[in-house]
Amino acid sequence: MPASDVAVEERPAPSASVEPVVNDFSIQVATVNGSGSQTANLVLLRAIFQMGVPVSGKNMFPSNIAGLPTWFTIRTNKDGYIGWKKKTEVLVAMNPETAREDTLNLDADSMVVYDESLKLDSVRSDLVFYPVPFDRLVAEVTRDVKMRRRIRNMIYDGVLSRLLGVDLDQMEIALRKQFGNKVKVVALNRQALDVGYAFAEQHLEKRDPYRIESMDENGGRILIDGNAAAAIGCMMAGVTVVAWYPITPSSSLCETLIDYLRKYRVDKETGKASFAVVQAEDEIAALGMAIGAGWAGARSMTSTSGPGISLMGEFVGLAYYAEVPAVIFDVQRVGPSTGLPTRTAQGDVLSTAFLSHGDTRHPLLFPCSPEECYSMAVNAFDLAERFQTPVFVLSDLDLGMNQWMTQPFEYPAKPMDRGKVLDEETLERIGRFGRYRDVDGDGIPYRSVPGRSMPAYFCRGSGHNESAQYSERADDYQRNVDRLMRKFETFRNWLPAPVVEINRKARVGIIAYGTTHWAVVESRDQLRDEADLQTSYYRHRAYPFRSALASFIERHDRVYVVEQNRDAQMVTLMRTDLRPELAGRLRSVLHYNGQSIDARTITDDILIQEGYRVEFSEADELVPRDAGVGGE
Amino acid sequence: MATATQSLKKKKINRIGLELPVYRGSKTTLCAGCGHNAISERIIDACFAMGIEPTQLVKLSGIGCSSKSPAYFLGSVHGFNTVHGRMPSVGTGALIANKNLVAIGVSGDGDTGAIGIGQFIHLMRRNLPIIYIIEDNGCYGLTKGQFSPTADVGSVLKTGVVNDLPPIDTCALAIQLGATFVARSFSGDKKQLTAILKAALSHRGTAMLDVLSPCVTFNDHEGSTKSYAYVKSHADQLEELDFVPYFEDISVDYEPGETQEVTLHDGSRLYLKKLAESYDPTDKMQALGVLHDTHERGEFATGLIYVKPAADDFLTTLNLVDEPLASLPEDRVRPSKAVLTEIMESLA
Ligand SMILES: Cc1ncc(C[n+]2csc(CCOP(=O)(O)OP(=O)(O)O)c2C)c(N)n1
Ligand code: SF4
Repeated sequence: MPASDVAVEERPAPSASVEPVVNDFSIQVATVNGSGSQTANLVLLRAIFQMGVPVSGKNMFPSNIAGLPTWFTIRTNKDGYIGWKKKTEVLVAMNPETAREDTLNLDADSMVVYDESLKLDSVRSDLVFYPVPFDRLVAEVTRDVKMRRRIRNMIYDGVLSRLLGVDLDQMEIALRKQFGNKVKVVALNRQALDVGYAFAEQHLEKRDPYRIESMDENGGRILIDGNAAAAIGCMMAGVTVVAWYPITPSSSLCETLIDYLRKYRVDKETGKASFAVVQAEDEIAALGMAIGAGWAGARSMTSTSGPGISLMGEFVGLAYYAEVPAVIFDVQRVGPSTGLPTRTAQGDVLSTAFLSHGDTRHPLLFPCSPEECYSMAVNAFDLAERFQTPVFVLSDLDLGMNQWMTQPFEYPAKPMDRGKVLDEETLERIGRFGRYRDVDGDGIPYRSVPGRSMPAYFCRGSGHNESAQYSERADDYQRNVDRLMRKFETFRNWLPAPVVEINRKARVGIIAYGTTHWAVVESRDQLRDEADLQTSYYRHRAYPFRSALASFIERHDRVYVVEQNRDAQMVTLMRTDLRPELAGRLRSVLHYNGQSIDARTITDDILIQEGYRVEFSEADELVPRDAGVGGE
Repeated sequence: MATATQSLKKKKINRIGLELPVYRGSKTTLCAGCGHNAISERIIDACFAMGIEPTQLVKLSGIGCSSKSPAYFLGSVHGFNTVHGRMPSVGTGALIANKNLVAIGVSGDGDTGAIGIGQFIHLMRRNLPIIYIIEDNGCYGLTKGQFSPTADVGSVLKTGVVNDLPPIDTCALAIQLGATFVARSFSGDKKQLTAILKAALSHRGTAMLDVLSPCVTFNDHEGSTKSYAYVKSHADQLEELDFVPYFEDISVDYEPGETQEVTLHDGSRLYLKKLAESYDPTDKMQALGVLHDTHERGEFATGLIYVKPAADDFLTTLNLVDEPLASLPEDRVRPSKAVLTEIMESLA
């Protein structure tokens, strides 16, 4: 008899008499990638969402097609926190490779649904175990071996439905959303759900405290990933030329965009497209095409991630100097390929802000939610054309590829802004066309577009005068780059304003951007509740920054800039804009291990830096449970 | 008809009523005697003669002496001097944005064969409607005379350095990759080059022209296989070319066995009078064979090497609406509120 079995006898497993935990726990499904668990996970996520309970879903997946471990985590939170939380309370262990370790990682009193054959109940005695004979159950549903593999995962949804109280009918609605009118597929999956449910009903006695109960918190919101949201934004922005090269985590942006464009932008009568999508030979060519199209007057874009950004460097410099519009989505991920390309980061802030050679600066937009992926996508095309320059939208893997609850998207309030494109009327008004002449004093010149019978010009890199004639003269060059700087200054007030929350009692400020926002929201509450530490909050939504940034820092003694990279890239960028005295108030909270940032990490870090405690709570885990919890 | 053309010529007005200077560019800053200058002249001649509407033309280039040359022709035309080796992608984007544009791209043998070989290959695969001219001097002019990937084995630099790597034959490569109009010519052969350029303007699809264009400053010496003297004595003309544009009603009498007629996309006709051997430029294998054989002999086959007049070009395969994408109004590119509502409902 193994030693652990003895332990089972000695310590009875927890029972249902413990205090119920309602709508405030995480479910982690551990599978092997390529096993088709995505449907089951999304159905579970969506069903909980439809029950009005705030949720978020994150997929931690390997850079691999099949056979490596994948974890899908659903966080439910009645208070609406949708950022990442490290601890999970409910484990569905479907992957024999990781089942033991996943089980060992749980806190006591967590629950585990697992394939009977894994015998996980011998690993620990302080958890609630629910063995399920998946193979036998799936055999009841279908004889088709291929189908069995696909719907095996639906069984755990059925089991969880019973154990946690997730409405089966909501699961069916979610199934229908997933499969549309494929009636047979829906029916088969529903059957699998029922079989799982019935098994749990008959054989599994509820002994854990975790429950989902209907709420009414999600009114009007939608569930979507950031890449799909950006794709919808691009379509609504009226994009006509899309050039891209596949790369995780950005591929699904263009792939989803293709689906939407085919559905909504093909002429019903002629079958002809009001758009072109080209899968280019690499990112250099992808951006080259976007720039060629932008020069010729089209709304053009590309989408990529860090490695692609590196390759685009030269072209971005050309577009900056030659003043050609293009929208570039950068769905950020961890560094070079091979290893962690499927993990998230905010590591391209500096490389995009100054991408290329010479004196270059580029506007960046930082969406934090799918809603902002959408609205900033729409905005980015207007900005690119108005300012005749590349505009970057900096998303990240967490935002782009994970499921988020978000506000529904508003129809664009303003007509498209095509910027200062020369036509006869304008030419008459300004008198003389000089491609790089600052007529209006905002640094933005007028441009003419090929094929439209307006005066032409020869577009080239650094060496040109106001009339776009070739020039190597020192004064021409300097005057031009000074004007480009004026144009950049004009940008400040055209970009999305920061979201600022001033707490009059706070001596401490927090600054964040992008997906880090969600962890900060939760962390600020933790700081208040656990340490009575009041904070103000400033969320960047764009670079170049607004003047409000300086006033925000002025109001506070210390300002923590929270970001997901090692080198405090945003702090570096902010320092270039701030008086040294203000820059000196900045401190960093950095998170860069490939996982999404979580509130606990921020709270601990700030509490340590503020002198409230000496160590991270991770370290607390090493001391006996009843000692040292709570902090001073 | 012939006299009518002559009288037009006297007034120096082409069929759309424009004078030759409209097609000229600013004064060249390239070296006197540079082959690239002669090619610019031929481009001016061909565009004038074909009566191409300047507002519908665009000229594109990469980086190099050759790529600077678009400033020296078609001065009233939109142009884009892009980055080294990447003009094909910019041209692709521009033409997708406005499929009515007539595009002339100028590159160098370094711009195409070295840094730009990837984009070159994909341009040929796509059969984008563009005239792609390589001004081929076997060296890097603008960076002062290093070897380029089209330099022949054994060719000697001024400094005495000998090239020992085999050259890339851009014509053979283009044919293999699916280009539909491939020619090789010489900057000094006025008649042949003008005929080829006019034919290229009448073609729909990628017209790839490798034009030997000696660099008088860095690669015109004894021992170079891209010097004027060498090219002149080693050019092996495949056929004599006569071009008849679609808008001229001229009938040509020819001996069927000796001359081949090729009708181009716009209805213009090209008469190819056979020289030494009988050569059929619509035969891909023969084209590749002749390139191989002349290369083995240390010669350059010149003329129209390969043509496939009817093939789908890239813009056709994109199945675009009739108007240029760049000028579609908002109501044709921004879906209605109902569409957004429908999408939102599917995600609720
Ligand atoms: C990215 C990059 N690398 C290198 C250069 C330097 N450069 C300018 S022109 C040139 C070679 C041009 O040779 P080719 O295309 O044969 O044209 P040519 O000057 O001979 O007409 C090089 C290497 C550059 N402009 N950009
Ligand atoms: S260096 Fe050579 S290629 Fe450049 S302009 Fe002079 S002759 Fe022409």
